[in-house]
Amino acid sequence: MEFAPKIETVGLNLHYGDFHALQDVNIKIPAQNITAMIGPSGCGKSTLLRCFNRMNDLIEHTRVEGGIIIDEHDILKPEADLISIRRKVGMVFQRPNVFDLSIYNNLRFGLRIHRMLNKRDEVMEAIEHGLEHVGLWQELKDKLKKSALTLTLEQQQRLCIARVLILKPEIILLDEPCSALDPVSTLKIEDLLRVLKHEYTLVIVTHNMQQAARVSDYTGFMYLGKLIEFGNTKQVFTNPMEKLTENYISGRFG
Amino acid sequence: MRESFKKHIKGLNEDIVAMSEMVAAATIQSVKALEERDVKKAERIAKDDLLINEKRWKIEEECINLIALQQPVASDLREIIAALNVITELERMGDYAEGIAKIVVMLGDEPLIRPLIFMPKMAEKATDMLKRSMQAFISRDAKAATAICNEDDDIDKLYDEAYHDLLMRMIKDPEVISKATPLIWATHNLERIADRVTNICERTVFLATGTMPQVNVSRY
Repeated sequence: MEFAPKIETVGLNLHYGDFHALQDVNIKIPAQNITAMIGPSGCGKSTLLRCFNRMNDLIEHTRVEGGIIIDEHDILKPEADLISIRRKVGMVFQRPNVFDLSIYNNLRFGLRIHRMLNKRDEVMEAIEHGLEHVGLWQELKDKLKKSALTLTLEQQQRLCIARVLILKPEIILLDEPCSALDPVSTLKIEDLLRVLKHEYTLVIVTHNMQQAARVSDYTGFMYLGKLIEFGNTKQVFTNPMEKLTENYISGRFG
Repeated sequence: MRESFKKHIKGLNEDIVAMSEMVAAATIQSVKALEERDVKKAERIAKDDLLINEKRWKIEEECINLIALQQPVASDLREIIAALNVITELERMGDYAEGIAKIVVMLGDEPLIRPLIFMPKMAEKATDMLKRSMQAFISRDAKAATAICNEDDDIDKLYDEAYHDLLMRMIKDPEVISKATPLIWATHNLERIADRVTNICERTVFLATGTMPQVNVSRY
């Protein structure tokens, strides 16, 4: 695979106390593609994802070794600016985590924190653009003052994605973004991800292998903290190189 | 919904139509080569059959990818299974055209026992049926597909006439047997091509209605 990686880990090891959660992970994630991480529960896929914006810093007794290079900068270096990393690397979670605020204020929240855009019309423009991007503008443009909690789960998840997009990130991490959604909403979110990949680098963690197959361009299979196989999704799902991968994707274990 | 899946299916259908056009061209050209005694052209047709085979494997690979990556069910799944069947039919039709080309090569510059009468008509009719069967397949038109199946009788009739004519010549003059037999083979190949068009039409009826009809059974 020849591509300039957007994210690259070099000998990445992570310990939660005594537990060796990531073991010498070397992965290159291509820009403007969707990369899926799959593997059984506890294999380290979410831990790896959380490394990419240093969310693991929040967990006590975590020790990280190795390098995580994003655009040629090692984000594990002490001088790395955490705020700018988190702006550049947005994250969407399993359950839509909208705030108990209006739709408008949900979207404005991040702008305020990052001290971006103060003028009202600029904010409005960013909000319109964000909602347009996730296919919500037409539905919600007259309801921006309504509470975000009145939206359906799918709309809430779209709103969460819009909230990330507004901050103009380059990478979007998605941790099981559809597991709280019904199958139809899931397929709609997948269509949205396919649109977003033209502008952003997406990394999605999913326990739903079929989703990884449907939506991603590259797939990484993890098992017991190790990256077992990484490759083109077509190849991984039709002719994997590792027996372990084949056994997992064909449902023989996990 | 599932925009990307729809896009893949569209691409798949376009590939199948392109493959059918390759087969139709090979059929028409192989009969032309026989008519014009053009061994070079015949050799080229025989060689180009490899391209048809390659196209088939490419489409089959795409079908496997779609099944593995998109997990189609119900009519989406039937669609892909139908595609796999149709390309198998097309690939065999390509082999029949290649067979005619090989007969041309085998005959070399040996003069024909008579100018071709039935084969150009059969090739024209069979490829026209093929073209329309692809339209019916793409638009899931069961009615059109059934009607095309019935046209196979016309091809069978032409085959009967050709066979009878060649048989009479052989009875009259056993000397021509070695020249007439390859023409019977070539005619038979054309008859088989049309039969396989009816198989594609049956698939179309299945796709459109979910039932597998025994439409017009060919006499051969």
